[in-house]
Amino acid sequence: MSANTSRFPWNLLVGFVLSIALTLLAVFVAFNTDFSKSIILGIIGTLAIFQALIQLFMFMHVTEGKEGIINVVNMIYSVFLALVIVFGSIWVLTSGHASMH
Amino acid sequence: MSLDEFFVTGDPMIFASQIAIGLTMVGLIALITYLKRWKWLWSEWFTTVDHKKIGIMYILAGVLMFFRGGVDGLLMKAQTSRPEMGILDAQHYDEIFTTHGVIMILFMAMPLLIGIMNVVVPLQIGARDVAFPKLNALSFWLFFVAAMLFNISFVIGGSPDAGWTSYFPLAGKEFTPGVGNNYYAISLQIAGIGTLATGINFVVTIIKMRAPGMSWMKMPIFVWTTFITSIIIVAAFPIFTVALLYMTLDRLFGTHFFTVAAGGDPMLWLNLFWLWGHPEVYIVVLPAFGMFSEVIATFARKNLYGYKSMVYAVAGIAFLSMLVWVHHFYTMGNSATVNSIFSLTTMMIAIPTGVKIFNWLFTLRKGRIEFSTSMLWALAFIPCFTIGGVTGVMLAMAAADYQYHNTMFLVAHFHYVLIPGVVFAVFAGLYYWWPKMFGFKLNEKIGKWHFWLFVIGFNLTFMPMFFVGLDGMSRRMYTYAESTGWGAWLGFSAVGSLIMAAGFAALVYNIYWSFRYASRKVGNDPWNARTLEWATASPAPHYNFAKVPEVDRLDDFWYKKKKGETGLKKSDLKPVHMPSNSWTPIVLAAAFGVVGFFLVFEWFTLAIIASVGIVVGLVANTFDYDDGYHIPVDELEEEEREWRGDLK
Repeated sequence: MSANTSRFPWNLLVGFVLSIALTLLAVFVAFNTDFSKSIILGIIGTLAIFQALIQLFMFMHVTEGKEGIINVVNMIYSVFLALVIVFGSIWVLTSGHASMH
Repeated sequence: MSLDEFFVTGDPMIFASQIAIGLTMVGLIALITYLKRWKWLWSEWFTTVDHKKIGIMYILAGVLMFFRGGVDGLLMKAQTSRPEMGILDAQHYDEIFTTHGVIMILFMAMPLLIGIMNVVVPLQIGARDVAFPKLNALSFWLFFVAAMLFNISFVIGGSPDAGWTSYFPLAGKEFTPGVGNNYYAISLQIAGIGTLATGINFVVTIIKMRAPGMSWMKMPIFVWTTFITSIIIVAAFPIFTVALLYMTLDRLFGTHFFTVAAGGDPMLWLNLFWLWGHPEVYIVVLPAFGMFSEVIATFARKNLYGYKSMVYAVAGIAFLSMLVWVHHFYTMGNSATVNSIFSLTTMMIAIPTGVKIFNWLFTLRKGRIEFSTSMLWALAFIPCFTIGGVTGVMLAMAAADYQYHNTMFLVAHFHYVLIPGVVFAVFAGLYYWWPKMFGFKLNEKIGKWHFWLFVIGFNLTFMPMFFVGLDGMSRRMYTYAESTGWGAWLGFSAVGSLIMAAGFAALVYNIYWSFRYASRKVGNDPWNARTLEWATASPAPHYNFAKVPEVDRLDDFWYKKKKGETGLKKSDLKPVHMPSNSWTPIVLAAAFGVVGFFLVFEWFTLAIIASVGIVVGLVANTFDYDDGYHIPVDELEEEEREWRGDLK
């Protein structure tokens, strides 16, 4: 405990600044560029993946700790959930009634 | 804003409530001051980080919210008891079914279950507290502040009135311009942060703090269900956080996430709501399954049948819980492929649930069953819940659902799942673990009154709803014509709700009676039970275990008891490290409450000023270097002697 408190948390600071920068970049791409809608979505999606990686490495310390298996299961499940939520929602909201108009 | 816009006026029932709330608050403050209990309240309860005390506060708040939600339910039953009743108008009825739903799910079921989890889980795994005791206190106070914020809506500003699901576009500013649905968005957001923190806390506690020797398959089943529930909380609550944030932005700042115009999509709200809302159902029902399993194993005097299959069944239910959300809106006009796939995943949930039902039945088979009050709740749960489950499979079929959707049949179904599944479990758990919390049992005779009144009342109330639902009565109808022929069914149902209310009154009386008169000599293990929480004194001492127990097998305590190995050697005692009390959780939560209140009324300058309080609280907390304190050996020895007699 006490060994950690004296060191300056550079990791957290860099992660924090990068998170904000990526968010602002996404806003800029969405509002101030003339790309087509699908390209904008692609760029924002890519930025979101980088955002998630920053969270994992800078804040959640995935590389530390001894629980190898728990971490692996946790990661696979999280990725699975993210896919279900994102692609499930798109599928549900764009098939059927939505595709009719 | 003038004062009579600020306070809700014009309804005699609400006026009476305003007076009653005012008098109760003045009365409470006067009473605490007269008894000189402020300091005691502050140092023993408000600033505590002890998981048992936090659990008890959760339970107390949950019972209070049960009363509020119950009164809402009774008012609805009175209004629909006969055709063309005039007790409530349409608007008031809308408000009441909205608050009934929100309060019963989020401010009654959740705190009662999390309260029991808090009291029991650290004891069952042989730990001294949860992994993050201060965060645990913050979770409780955030929940409590959110519950209070939500509850004042009906006297200040106006209740939310778009249903507990708050579907857009109705819940948007365009159709409900008042502050009511702001209360919904803001208070559930605050409560959700608390719940998310609880989920993280219990995941870490169960992974990291189990007693030596307690490997995964040696954990009590309630610990397993709590663990998996916590994982679902961590997976599902962020979705609700995002959905509520979009709702808040739409209502307060004019964005268009869920609006009909300007590129918004109201169905996106339904999609996100049920992506959280369906897992939420399992969040409340899985810990309940764990409690029933403990109670049934204890009072059948057998080990739980098919322990491993039980664990896999719970994990299976949790996995499927994230894959079924569309069954709440089959009728949105989706493609046949979408509806068919979600029908399949929904029906698949019946498989692991069926496994659990049979495991309970086989645990009972050839057991020496003791009909204690908590066992009665577990026994009544099985048939009642099965009715809820089977009607659930009927609803799961997308084509048939076009007939059932949003009828009273659905209302009957989910009450048959949630009341036996959650409320019976909470009652079973309260009777079962009461001695561990307070050092005395609840009275068994009054308990049986409570049981029979509540179970009979429950069936009378909700069984008729299946029939009026199939006859075409849609949910949330505030009145109906005599020619529909529903009057007799619903009159019957209203009588049932009164019997149920009498059952609740019996519980309250039981708590009062037992506090005053019940025997204080219950011993550490009054039910002859199987798990670790019964290895320490009743009520559990603040350090839980003088010596951290070691575990060799499932139900270790049961076998050690048989061999007489539960004693404590004086030489085993070492100083115990405990966390210190902290004022930051309650102050921080209060700041959240103030900011929330200002946001509800869209007073943004005040909200910004008040949110400085949150930042200050967080920063102050990072400079808290308190590492807790140690309980010396002679103090431990003295406390242990008190209930063990002499130490070896």
